[in-house]
Amino acid sequence: MSDVVEKTLTALPSLLSLDSHPGSAKLSSTSKLGNLIRGITELTSKHEEEKLIQHELLAIKEQVSSPNTTMRQMKELMVRSIYCEMLGYEASFSYIHAIKLAQQGTVLEKRVGYLAVSLFLNESHELLLLLVNTVLKDLQSTNLIEVCMALTVVSQMFPKDMIPAILPLVEEKLNHPKEIIRRKAVLALYKFYLIAPNQVQHIHNKFRKALCDKDPGVMTASLHIYLQMIQENPEAYKDLTPSFVTILKQVVGGKLPMDFNYHTVPAPWLQIQLLRILSLLGKNDQSTSEVMYEVLDESLQRAEMNHNITYAILYECVKCIYTIHPKSDLLEKAAKCIGNFVLSPKINLKYLGLKALTYVVQQDPKLALQHQMTIIECLDHPDLIIKRETLELLFRITNGQNVTVIVEKMLEFLCISEDDHTTIDLVGKVAELAEKYAPDNEWFIETMNTVFSLGGDMMQPDIPNSFLKLLSEGFDSVEEDRKLRLFAVNSYIPLLRGEPGKLPQRFLQVISWVLGEYSHLREDLEPAEVLSLLAKLLDMKNSSSETKSWVLMAMTKLCKGGADASVTQEVSETYSSSLDTVLRQRAHELQYLSQDPELRARVLPRGAKPETLEVDSSLSFLDRFVSEALAAGAAPYKPPHQRQEELDQSKALSLEPYGLSLPISMSSCSITDRQSPTLLSMSSGLSGDSADLSHKGGSSALKLDGIKRVWGREGYLAQREPVEEAAQVEVPSPIQSPGRQGEGDSLHSQTPTQTPTPEPEQEKQQLASSLFVGLASQSSVSLMGKSEPMPQRFRRKAKGQGLGSSFIANEQISSSLISPPSAVDNLLCNNLLDSNNASELAEQTSQLSQSLTTANGTCHAEAELTESDTKGCNPALRRDNCVVAAGPGPHNDPGRLTEVCLDSYLPAELSGLSHSEIAPLCANQSLNLSACHVQKEDSLILVVFIMNSSESAIQQMLLQVDSEELEVSCLCDSPAGEVTSHSVAVGQYSLTVTRPAVHVEVVGTVSYQLPAGTSQSLQFSYKVPLTSFIRPFVVSTEEYGTMWLSFSHDTKQNLTLINDNQEPLTATLNALKKKLQLHVVEVIGMEGIVACRLLQDLPCLMHCRVNAGWLAVWLRSPVPDLPDCLIYHCQRALQSL
Amino acid sequence: MQFMLLFSRQGKLRLQKWYVPLSDKEKKKITRELVQTVLARKPKMCSFLEWRDLKIVYKRYASLYFCCAIEDQDNELITLEIIHRYVELLDKYFGSVCELDIIFNFEKAYFILDEFLLGGEAQETSKKNVLKAIEQADLLQENIDFQMRLFAGMVVPNMASESSGLFQN
Repeated sequence: MSDVVEKTLTALPSLLSLDSHPGSAKLSSTSKLGNLIRGITELTSKHEEEKLIQHELLAIKEQVSSPNTTMRQMKELMVRSIYCEMLGYEASFSYIHAIKLAQQGTVLEKRVGYLAVSLFLNESHELLLLLVNTVLKDLQSTNLIEVCMALTVVSQMFPKDMIPAILPLVEEKLNHPKEIIRRKAVLALYKFYLIAPNQVQHIHNKFRKALCDKDPGVMTASLHIYLQMIQENPEAYKDLTPSFVTILKQVVGGKLPMDFNYHTVPAPWLQIQLLRILSLLGKNDQSTSEVMYEVLDESLQRAEMNHNITYAILYECVKCIYTIHPKSDLLEKAAKCIGNFVLSPKINLKYLGLKALTYVVQQDPKLALQHQMTIIECLDHPDLIIKRETLELLFRITNGQNVTVIVEKMLEFLCISEDDHTTIDLVGKVAELAEKYAPDNEWFIETMNTVFSLGGDMMQPDIPNSFLKLLSEGFDSVEEDRKLRLFAVNSYIPLLRGEPGKLPQRFLQVISWVLGEYSHLREDLEPAEVLSLLAKLLDMKNSSSETKSWVLMAMTKLCKGGADASVTQEVSETYSSSLDTVLRQRAHELQYLSQDPELRARVLPRGAKPETLEVDSSLSFLDRFVSEALAAGAAPYKPPHQRQEELDQSKALSLEPYGLSLPISMSSCSITDRQSPTLLSMSSGLSGDSADLSHKGGSSALKLDGIKRVWGREGYLAQREPVEEAAQVEVPSPIQSPGRQGEGDSLHSQTPTQTPTPEPEQEKQQLASSLFVGLASQSSVSLMGKSEPMPQRFRRKAKGQGLGSSFIANEQISSSLISPPSAVDNLLCNNLLDSNNASELAEQTSQLSQSLTTANGTCHAEAELTESDTKGCNPALRRDNCVVAAGPGPHNDPGRLTEVCLDSYLPAELSGLSHSEIAPLCANQSLNLSACHVQKEDSLILVVFIMNSSESAIQQMLLQVDSEELEVSCLCDSPAGEVTSHSVAVGQYSLTVTRPAVHVEVVGTVSYQLPAGTSQSLQFSYKVPLTSFIRPFVVSTEEYGTMWLSFSHDTKQNLTLINDNQEPLTATLNALKKKLQLHVVEVIGMEGIVACRLLQDLPCLMHCRVNAGWLAVWLRSPVPDLPDCLIYHCQRALQSL
Repeated sequence: MQFMLLFSRQGKLRLQKWYVPLSDKEKKKITRELVQTVLARKPKMCSFLEWRDLKIVYKRYASLYFCCAIEDQDNELITLEIIHRYVELLDKYFGSVCELDIIFNFEKAYFILDEFLLGGEAQETSKKNVLKAIEQADLLQENIDFQMRLFAGMVVPNMASESSGLFQN
């Protein structure tokens, strides 16, 4: 047979060379792939395969680097490289050629090139930078397939820093007539959003457009973005709830084209996506939830067909119903649904049923009760996954009464589980339950012993820590404490006498600590015996040095001299020359303390309660040290984030221009809160003066509370509330009192297997009633227990939460930093925001951006102002402008005319300076108000012209000017009093910015009296762009450097470069300099530094770097908002070129 | 979705698509362990796995295992249907697809996957649209294809199981 194949294969090329090219190369390479694949399948050993592939790779390598290889051959070579990589052999030499193929090949070869790139590289690979240009080119291609390919690769991977380079092109594709392009563009933006959310903030309104796309595919794609955004900030998208509900209604109602059906179910993927979004929106929000009740109900009803896909929808529905604000009849239906899942013979559905139960059981513990027999069956399921999920469910319904049974089941599972992840997780859960619900000392200690033996050294380090804390801190009753400790000691001694070599290190550490502290409680136990048992541990080969140091510490606590001396002497001698410094120290401690009982009693007092340590968290005791060090010339302390920034600064080419260094320091903070057992042991005994340690001590006080309370409720302090307890325990465990089993069963009336049952059934029922005890009658109690923030769990997760919250904080920081420029972009794009979007933005962004958003409507007017303003700077140009402007345009004629005549009223001292166009402000029958601003070197003067256009004089005229963002001071000759007919009064005000905004506004009122005696007033407002307040700021590069570090407010943005003939950086900087009056401090290679100041004396520094066709600009200033405003003006300035 | 793997009953990787950036070493390790874990499972067992900190959804079609790793909040059942839809697409494209088709035309299988799932999310769920997109690109395909198909259709010794249609059992 193989001969036949062989012949056919060799014959193939000639048979099939229908191709116009006699391309033998191509065909032979094809059959090479065939040969390779076939060759591999025929091999018998891994070694042979390795040889074959290495040979193949060599051949490929030779060919790809040969200059004679055509792109077509390259395509085949790439396919073979992909194959080799898939088999696990590295073919990294071909990566660069894959990029080349994507760059240079024809459409078809390109496709393979892109595919190879997407399979070979991941988004952090440096070679990916080389793909940027290819992608850029293909995005601009007229060939749709090329555009599609580019978008496909972009949505899979793209270097984060290069996003700005292609973002405009991708955005453009959102308006493409072809839906496939729009869809891919949306997904590309989704990818961008995931890797660099701040870069796509300004196109949120485009996402809205995509959501409203007429093509369901595009709309579905946009939901990915929405799901992500809503997950991060549900509040901002509440207004979209009705839209999502409507879409879901239409989908469920079958309004979509048949194409989107999957096994007759309309667009299930879309439905599930929408349900997930709705559950996020409706969580903890009654009014939003109410909007979706109806459609959820409909979804539940529609999904009736018996197919996986309907179950998928149902599952999502149920999850949604239990997540949002509850509605009783929906909950009922959802519960029924869960029932169907749980009872289903299909194992996948059963699994999901259990998962759903686990999810809802905290809200509705009775639901677990209904399915108790199924749960029991699942507990013995041959599939470990099902078993595991059942345990998870049981974990959630554990209470003081069923804890022993549930923990037993969990430990059983632990014995057979081989997966480390499961072990770690379950061990943690058992420890948690044991601490919370332990019925007595013996059980607790025994369970913890099993936990330590099974969990080994994989378990979370805080399990032994909290266990030891529990022992050392004790509870309310001294006697109970003594018993617990004694029991622990009693249980450990036989373990050590047995085979301690088999115990995990962590357990040995716990044992040595407990014996060191509490072995004296057992009177019949000679310290010498404990010492020799401990010494045995030191001799074991597999004891880690950490364990040894615990053991030595325990020995130090135990030794009393006398008979013990020989053991301790020997041990301390052995280890006082150890290479491990910690061990050596411990050995010395042991040596000295064992010889000096008095000192030992002082250092390690027996039975001492852990004291709450006063923590001087400000470390004030170090103040003297610090001031001495400073006096001696030490550098002052810098917080980590500042150091980080300086570091970034020193290597100016930071490849992460938009990242904040903050989160690193914050997260590292919370990580240090982790407690290691060594620290614990030290704080309990030896020293407490290190700040770090005492900090731990402080946190322990918090923890203690939690433990006490939990134990008090169900464990040790049961006698405290005996009456209450008795009343609640209506269904005690039937194992203990079989006489009451009937009663228990009658409560669980829904169980199907209730009638006279054979032996195993009865067993199951017994198990059931012991498992579910405390759920039925006592559900309120267990509910309470669950809804309480569980102290143990809370503490254990605190690290994660700490991280989470710091992350959120950071998110907030970054969003507040980044949103202003995004609003600016909105303006720039000149997109008319719909009202929704405006309000959404307003919520998100700072006050600055609010003012921007509202200013949006008057964008054009401002543009004019800016223009005239800049022209004002250049007198020659202004003349031209006046001439031109005075000619056409009848609508602004009156204004121009006034200007012409008002020009002469400009105060003499200002007339030589450049001023903006004199703009009419407002007018009524008697007054005409106009204004302009004059730029002086270190001030800005607002000149208001009040022209009396009536025939009579007006009296008692009063001009008041004020502003929110500015400090307005009236210059001496402010007009007041009388203005005669057809004359002009002029007011001058000096303006200083107090709060930077893109445009600052002056509002004013003129009040006056007509001769008739009636008083009138006229209000006006006048806007000045911030640029009018900007002056060049002359500094040296060194001064710039020091200032840069000291400024705290910054913003970053990419600007377009001017590409004319000369050097783009210089051209762009010159344009900015001309338009905005900036001072270019220095240009070094591809970087430039620029400085300016805002009147009077508020500096703003600008660092520009050319990066992939963009000008990456980083602004810093001591004034908040100033960088954001300035970047806006830079953008405008460059746009208007 | 974090990644998708296709492997044979013998544990040979047939297709791999990673939607999360991982080092090659990690990828290899995950693949090796996961293939082992999945192959060790019995036919009647649950298609979902909690493996390490991942959720795995897998399904066997003839001699091929399709295996996806999903995030915690993702829906397992719909992932199962994603796999099924992918097989449907392959089946429609290759015409009664078998493992051999995928072995010899793995780049095609990748192209189809890229049209169906993009960046780990279902991109286009309409079967017609996915195939239309593929066919448009394929219109440019030369008759090299034809040759591949002929070759792929042939039963090679040791490959008997791979050549049985995925939908057959």
